[in-house]
Amino acid sequence: MALTSPENRLWWKEHLHGVEIVWISIAFLWGLVMFFTMIYWHIAGEQNLSNEAYRVAPEEYGKRVEAFAEKYKVREEGTTSIPVVRPPAGGDAYMFGRLWEWWPILELQKGQSYRLHLSSMDWLHGWSLQPANINIEIHPNYEMIITIKPDQTGVFGVICNEYCGVGHSQMVGRIYVVD
Amino acid sequence: MSMPAIFRTCPETGLKIHGSAETLIKINAVVAVVFLALGGFLGLLVAMTRWPAVHLLPAEWFYLVLTGHGINVLIFWIIFFEVAVLYFASAVLLNCRLATPIIAWAAFVLMVVGAVMNNVAVFQGESSVMFTSYVPMPAAPHFYLGLILFAVGALVAVFVFFGTLVVARQERTYEGSVPLVTFGAITAAIIAVFSITSGALALIPAFLWSVGLVSHVDSLMYRVIWWGLGHSSQQINVAAHVAVWYAIAALVLGAKPLSEKVSRTAFLLYIAFLQIASAHHILADPGITSEWKVFNTSYAMYLAVLGSMIHGMSIPGAIEAAQRRNGFTHGMFEWLRRGPWGNPAFAALVLSVVMFGIAGGITGVVLGAEQLNLLMHNTLYVPGHFHATVVAGTTLAFMGITYPLVPLIFRRELVMKKVAQWQPYLFGIGALGISLFMMGAGTLGVSRRHWDIAFTEAPVPYDYPPTAYLMLGLNGLFAIMATIGGIMFVVVIVSSILFGAKRGEAEIKRNPVVFQGGAVAVSGYGSEGTLRLPGTVVLVSLFFVSFVLYYFINWKYLSEVWPLH
Ligand code: HEM
Ligand SMILES: [Cu+2]
Ligand SMILES: [Cu+2]
Repeated sequence: MALTSPENRLWWKEHLHGVEIVWISIAFLWGLVMFFTMIYWHIAGEQNLSNEAYRVAPEEYGKRVEAFAEKYKVREEGTTSIPVVRPPAGGDAYMFGRLWEWWPILELQKGQSYRLHLSSMDWLHGWSLQPANINIEIHPNYEMIITIKPDQTGVFGVICNEYCGVGHSQMVGRIYVVD
Repeated sequence: MSMPAIFRTCPETGLKIHGSAETLIKINAVVAVVFLALGGFLGLLVAMTRWPAVHLLPAEWFYLVLTGHGINVLIFWIIFFEVAVLYFASAVLLNCRLATPIIAWAAFVLMVVGAVMNNVAVFQGESSVMFTSYVPMPAAPHFYLGLILFAVGALVAVFVFFGTLVVARQERTYEGSVPLVTFGAITAAIIAVFSITSGALALIPAFLWSVGLVSHVDSLMYRVIWWGLGHSSQQINVAAHVAVWYAIAALVLGAKPLSEKVSRTAFLLYIAFLQIASAHHILADPGITSEWKVFNTSYAMYLAVLGSMIHGMSIPGAIEAAQRRNGFTHGMFEWLRRGPWGNPAFAALVLSVVMFGIAGGITGVVLGAEQLNLLMHNTLYVPGHFHATVVAGTTLAFMGITYPLVPLIFRRELVMKKVAQWQPYLFGIGALGISLFMMGAGTLGVSRRHWDIAFTEAPVPYDYPPTAYLMLGLNGLFAIMATIGGIMFVVVIVSSILFGAKRGEAEIKRNPVVFQGGAVAVSGYGSEGTLRLPGTVVLVSLFFVSFVLYYFINWKYLSEVWPLH
């Protein structure tokens, strides 16, 4: 039994039984299917996380986000007067996470693509778009750029889902998608 | 200094048991249970805070308690117990003395000092950084130092285990190859060496940074290396609990592996692949290419998943074959229906295999697919998944093996047999509930490690659907059930060790722990023999069909979110 040495000292010469061979083959093939599914999705799927990222100092990144907000601001909202910013359709949009807010609020147009830049000013944060359910890890010193194309209108929450200290559960931002 | 090793002969198994090995097994197992009790209690507080209608703790306390919960159960409970398993699988199963008991004691002391130091840091309140302690969120220096000391102690214990294997070989205490359970333990130990080394590479810089000797630790680098520890330590758990499954099946039913060759190859797949497959924790991070993510999650992970799928058939197969030998041959499932369900070790084994495989395994593979990960990264789906693997799987398996170890190693009768009988069901179903409802909430987008899903103090509001609140309420109810199961376990084991009747000849006769079917019953089947396992074939097919369906349903969900690249 499993608690004693194998009775058959030449256990590596045992014949495999048919049931075992069949199951091992199925399991192996299933691994291949799952492998090719990921590759297939890179070719044919519409949801793939971008590989584009750059190193950036947080102060430097902060300045760019502020300049962006200044330029395209349309109004202010929320208890802390966060600017609502409307980037040109098809252009670049910026957002950062810091203790404990997502800044600024974005207003995007349905069906348009945007190059969205994301980074953190301090610790790790988790960019979680709800209820669309897209979840991305945000690091300080790394600027990630994803191209998104909102396909529904509405008010979307940006929640922080990487624990970032005691104010973590206050860290909510917003994205509007309009026609 | 060397002392002559003192042995006793076990009246139930005939094994020669080294006194020092036995004491070290006992002490490591007992300390493990203490940390399980502490960590489990903290888990209850966490669940009661995440239940919106109860919302027990204030935010500071919640994050402190959650940090303590993760570390005490995931690291201290499991690893102390694994050290006990390693000593058991080497010294006891190989009839051998433990190499260097004094060093094994030193390892134990280091681990205890490290664990206590880390807990002190957490409860002082300056180190609520979670067990992952991602930089640049700082913790107190003794938080990291405690973990490092613990890890060094664990590494020393692993080398005592390797030393014991060498002694056994030199002193020829066994014939042929080591038993399968020992083989599984060797797998776990090899992965542990790799895992602890990565841990050191992540935690030592973090410690130096916390005392000001290093000015910057890169957050992405830290996550990559940290998961070299975090991921492979889960493979230690898998290897260890699979070994424990084989051990329970052997003790309770006299089960024999269907094929030594297949089961051992499956363990080798873990060593070769599983431990390096850590990229699935960083699938949503910037600066890591898709090529590497796809390669690492498939080449490395799926070959290791293959290992688990092989065990997934050979464990139920071994149980079915043994039960058919024992005379339960009617129909497809008499062997399962008429199993010794009142024996807590058997109940824990079956529940653990089923819940680990279906609830934990399938969801883990889905989470680990490159693109699917972005649907649930850092949501409650993640803790939901690993409560199925590490609580319903590993923890329940370890609880199960403790029931026969109390009479065999502590030589005490179990007390409160009725309580023991129900314990695996309450704990197991409770754990399954926590796991399913956390996954449910995660699917609705609820964040993990999060104090307030109503976002009362946020600058702009966001509302989760009411079902999310329902899920967290149900999670709370099942958490209470799991906690009751956990308390039952601790009470039965501690009282048996302290007050159980000493096990003499009469008790052994009346109440044998080791399967009494005799040698005839356990030999004579195996790969070459007639292997007819219709029940296992049905169960494995059901498992596979659910796996495939669930996998593709998630791709369907993915296709519905905003296009992005
Ligand atoms: C009474 C039993 C238990 C209950 C009620 C429980 C409940 C919970 C809950 C509600 C969370 C919080 C999820 C979140 O907010 O992110 C959690 C986290 C966690 N649990 Fe448990 N749990 C139990 C037992 C265990 C055991 C036995 C283990 C390990 C062997 C474990 C490992 C963890 C880990 C590693 C985390 C993650 C901590 C983190 O995110 O840093 N739990 N548990
Ligand atoms: Cu954050
Ligand atoms: Cu956060």
